[in-house]
Amino acid sequence: MIGVSSIVFFISMRKIAGISGMVKRLITSSKSSIGDWWPLLFLIGLMLGTLIYSAFYNVEPALRQGYPKELLVASGLLVGIGTYIGNGCTSGHGVCGIGRLSKRSIVATIIFMATAVITVAIMGGVS
Amino acid sequence: MKKTAITKMIIALICGTLFGFGLSMSQMINPDKVQGFLDIFGDWDPTLAWVMGGALLVSVPGFSLLLTKEERAQIKQGDIDTKLITGSALFGIGWGLSGYCPGPAISVSPLIITELMWFLVPLVIGMIVARLMVGKN
Repeated sequence: MIGVSSIVFFISMRKIAGISGMVKRLITSSKSSIGDWWPLLFLIGLMLGTLIYSAFYNVEPALRQGYPKELLVASGLLVGIGTYIGNGCTSGHGVCGIGRLSKRSIVATIIFMATAVITVAIMGGVS
Repeated sequence: MKKTAITKMIIALICGTLFGFGLSMSQMINPDKVQGFLDIFGDWDPTLAWVMGGALLVSVPGFSLLLTKEERAQIKQGDIDTKLITGSALFGIGWGLSGYCPGPAISVSPLIITELMWFLVPLVIGMIVARLMVGKN
């Protein structure tokens, strides 16, 4: 479904369905016409998709709460800085970039998977 | 022109909804599950590999049919530079720390907003800081 979504999106918009890229666009690029607000609509759609799913299925077990705040904050900062500098996250590099057989994205995905695995290993797995 | 702008927004909304539904269905919205997937040296839970694998099963043939020659050439030209490497490395560390990456965090945020604010606000701050550091890219 994620793959289909990214393909449909590319066919109709000729754009890559990269989430961090959309957040970046919303924060940094100028929005001169109403059409420039499309990333916001995609992000609203993301929430809508999960809300619709949660109306039919029990998502309670997936909702972790009370995770250490310092870890959440550090994680958010690193994800924000990293995806801005590296130009992409799991969706942009991982799904669309590799889908396009882009060398850049393949390298990026290998690197972020590797550092993520190392980070979890150092943290001693899932506590 | 106005019409295309509205069509664009509707397409974005529909694709986003599909994407979010897929993230929920596949358990990508569960950070414990994501960390379990990343924990290959510990108690490894490989099931999420199917999600990425499944998405690629669609996106690789899909894009190969869709891309024009010019686009292919442009993709090939992309350089692997230090920015790409450092950025991706930092992102991976962040992803491992919480089990959240941008898509799932945003899509699940209406359900546990107080928890997710501690991730999403720093994420936005991080992007602004990065922009100040490296400039617009």
